[in-house]
Amino acid sequence: MTAGPAISRRRLLAGGLAAGAGFAVGGLGGFGVARESQAADPQTVVEPFYGVHQAGIATAAQERIQFAAFDVLTSKRDELQALLRSWTSAAALMATGKPVGDPAGDPNAPPIDTGEALELGPARLTLTFGFGPSLFAGPGPDRFGLAALRPAALADLPPFAHDELDPTISDGDLCVQACAEDPQVAFHAIRDLARIGRGTVAIRWAQLGFGRTSSTTAAQATPRNLLGFLDGTNNVHGDDQPTMDANIWVAAGDDPPWMRAGTYLVARRIRMRIEAWDRDSRGDQEATIGRHKVSGAPLGGVNERDTVDLAALGPDGKPVIPMAAHIRLAAPATNGGIRILRRGYSFTDGIDSLTGQLDGGLFFACFQRDPRTGFVPVQTRLAASDALNEYIVHVGSGLFAVPPGIAEGGYIGQTLFG
Amino acid sequence: MTSCRTAGLALAALVLVAACGGSATPIPIASSVPVVGSTGPEASIPTAADAVSTYRAYIEMNTDLLVTRTKAFTDAVIAGKLAEAKALYAPAREPYERIEPVAEVFGDLDPAIDARINDVPAGGTFTGFHRIEEALWTKNSTAGMAPIAKKLQADVIQLQALVKTVDLDPATIANGAVGLLNEVSSSKITGEEDRYSHTDLWDFEANVVGAQEAWNSVKAFVVARSPDLAATIDSGFAAVLAGLDPFKKGDGFVSYTVLKPADTLALSQLIDALADPLSQVAAIVVTAQ
Ligand code: HEM
Repeated sequence: MTAGPAISRRRLLAGGLAAGAGFAVGGLGGFGVARESQAADPQTVVEPFYGVHQAGIATAAQERIQFAAFDVLTSKRDELQALLRSWTSAAALMATGKPVGDPAGDPNAPPIDTGEALELGPARLTLTFGFGPSLFAGPGPDRFGLAALRPAALADLPPFAHDELDPTISDGDLCVQACAEDPQVAFHAIRDLARIGRGTVAIRWAQLGFGRTSSTTAAQATPRNLLGFLDGTNNVHGDDQPTMDANIWVAAGDDPPWMRAGTYLVARRIRMRIEAWDRDSRGDQEATIGRHKVSGAPLGGVNERDTVDLAALGPDGKPVIPMAAHIRLAAPATNGGIRILRRGYSFTDGIDSLTGQLDGGLFFACFQRDPRTGFVPVQTRLAASDALNEYIVHVGSGLFAVPPGIAEGGYIGQTLFG
Repeated sequence: MTSCRTAGLALAALVLVAACGGSATPIPIASSVPVVGSTGPEASIPTAADAVSTYRAYIEMNTDLLVTRTKAFTDAVIAGKLAEAKALYAPAREPYERIEPVAEVFGDLDPAIDARINDVPAGGTFTGFHRIEEALWTKNSTAGMAPIAKKLQADVIQLQALVKTVDLDPATIANGAVGLLNEVSSSKITGEEDRYSHTDLWDFEANVVGAQEAWNSVKAFVVARSPDLAATIDSGFAAVLAGLDPFKKGDGFVSYTVLKPADTLALSQLIDALADPLSQVAAIVVTAQ
C-alpha cells in the first residue's frame, strides 16, 4: 500500500540519529527535484518536539499520517491533566525515536513499549494534540470546569450542503495527529498513547493516511492526490513566517490567552467517487480543478507555479478557469484573502461492501488562526458550487483547538489548565 | 537499549520508564481512580501457598457446582424437557466460565465441553454445551441430543477430578484473571459465545467474577507493593460489574440482542480499562515472593 521510497532501516542502526531538523525531503514526490543533494535518510531525522508552536503544522509534511480522535472517559480534571503529562513525556521520547519504556523489561510483565517501531528510527515523527468542543462543554454538564475557557473560534462547524457526516467517524474530545515518514512509526505512536491512556480515554475514531497531499514548505516537491492532480501548489508554507503569523497562528492579542501561539485544526474525511472520476475526460477533469493534470499549471498557464489568472478570458469570451473550478472557488482572491494551511493525506479503507467501489479519498486537514474566518467560509462556497462536488462527499468531520507548543518540563495543554 | 532497566514496577506498576535517557524519569500514567494514599505494608505479607490454596478452593467449589448443575441440565435434555433444559442452560455454564483458564489446561476437555461450531476442525465432531444449545434454540428440540448430553456429563465429571491435580502458582492465577477478561472481550462482548440462546451476558459476568476471585487471591501481594495499582484494579472490577447492572433480569440477564452498539462499546472499554492494569500483576507477585 505504501508507495514511498525504499529506505534502508539498517543504515539507521549504523548511523545513529542525524541531527538537523525540518530539512527538505527533496524528490520524494517522484516528480520534483531533490533540492538537497545530501539529504539525510528521512528515517533518521528528528523533528523537534519542544517549541513555541506544536510540531506537525509548519513542519514539512511527512509522507504518512495516523490520526486519532479520543473520547475522555473520566470526568475528573486532575486525571485529564495527568494524562496530558503522561502523553507529553511519551511523545517527547517517541519524537526522538525512543520507545516509551524498556522493551526488554520484566519477563513477567507486558512490555511497556509495544515494540513495533524499535528499529525504525524517529522518521520525523511529530505528534500534534488538539482539544475538541465537547471537552469544554460536553453534551452534559461542564465536566472539567472548562466551559468559560472555550475559545469563540472553536464554534461548532455549521452543516454544509451535501455533507453526509457519520457521527461514528466525527468529533472527539481530544485528537492526536501523528505524522511520520514511516507508517508504522506513526501507527505505533497512536497505539502506545492510546494504551497509556486506557481507562482515561478511548479512541473514538482513527484514520490512517498513506500519502501526503500537500507540500508545506517552499522546498518540498508537490505530491499528487488520488485524483491524479498535483496538490498543494498554492498552499501556505510553514517557513513563510509572515503568512503563518497573519493567518495560521493565534496571535498575541487574540483571545483566549491560553490559545496564543496555537492554531485550529479542521479535519474532514472526504470520500472520492473514484470510479466516476476515472470515467471523466481529461478536459473535464482539468476544468473541474482549474489546473492541467500532468503539469499542474493553472489553466491558461504552462508551468506548475505560474500565477493563477482568474480574470483571463478565452477566445470564446468565457473564463479560462471556469466559474465552478475548485481553485477559483477556493482561492484567497475569491474569499476576501482567506489563507489556510492544508495538510491532508490520501487514504483508503478497502472497498464499500454495498457498492463494491473503493472507499478512499482525501483525509483533509487544515490549520488556521480562526475557523470562522478560515475553513468555514471557504467550505461554504465550495459546498455551494464547486464542480468537484460531483466526485466527492464529506463523511467525517472534526474541529480541534491546537494549543501552543511547550518548553521542556512543560506539558501539552498546560496553558489551558493553568 | 537492553542495558536499560525497568525501575517502574517497584514504584507503581503503571509507570513508564524513559528507556535510554541519562535520567530514567518515571512517567506516571493516569489511572482511572484517584490516587489513594499509601496504605503501607499490610499486617502480614501473604505466602504463595495461601494464594494458591484460596484459589484452589474456589476452583473446586466451582467444578462441584458445574457437575451438579450440568447434571440437572443434561437430565432435562435426555428427558426431552425442552423448556426446562433451556432454563438450565445458562446457569449450568456459569461455574465453568468462572474458571475457564484452568479447564483449558486439559487438552481436549475444553473443546469437548465448550467448543463453538467454528472451533471444530473439519471432519471433527461438535459436542458439548453449544451443540446442545444449537438444537434447543435453532431446532427447538432435544431430539438426538441424549448421547451428547451423556458425554457432556461425563466430561465435566472428568474435569472435576482433573482440576485437583493442576499445578498453580500466584503468577499463573494472576494471568488466568487476565485470560478471563480477554475471553470477555474476544467472544462475550461480540455475542459469539452463545449465538443461539443469546445468554452471553451470563458468561460475561461469570468470567468477570471468576477473574475477580483470582485477583482477590493474589491481591495482598499487590497491596503490599503497589497499593495504587490494587485500588485501580478494585475499582475497575466494580466499574465493570456496575456496567452490567442495567442488563440484569430476574436471576440472570437480558438477551444479548437487547444490547445496542453503544452498550457493547461502553462495556468493552470498561473491560480494557481493567485488563491493562491487571496485566501488571503477575510480574509483581513474582518479585514479591
Ligand atoms: C477531496 C477534496 C479535495 C481535493 C481533491 C482538492 C484538490 C485540490 C487541488 C488539486 C488543488 C490545486 C493545487 C493547489 O493549489 O494545492 C487545490 C487547491 C486548493 N484547495 Fe482543494 N481539494 C479538496 C478539498 C478542499 C477543501 C475541503 C478545501 C477547503 C475548504 C480546499 C481548499 C483549497 C485551497 C484553498 C486551494 C488553493 C487555491 C489557490 O489558492 O489556488 N480544498 N485543491
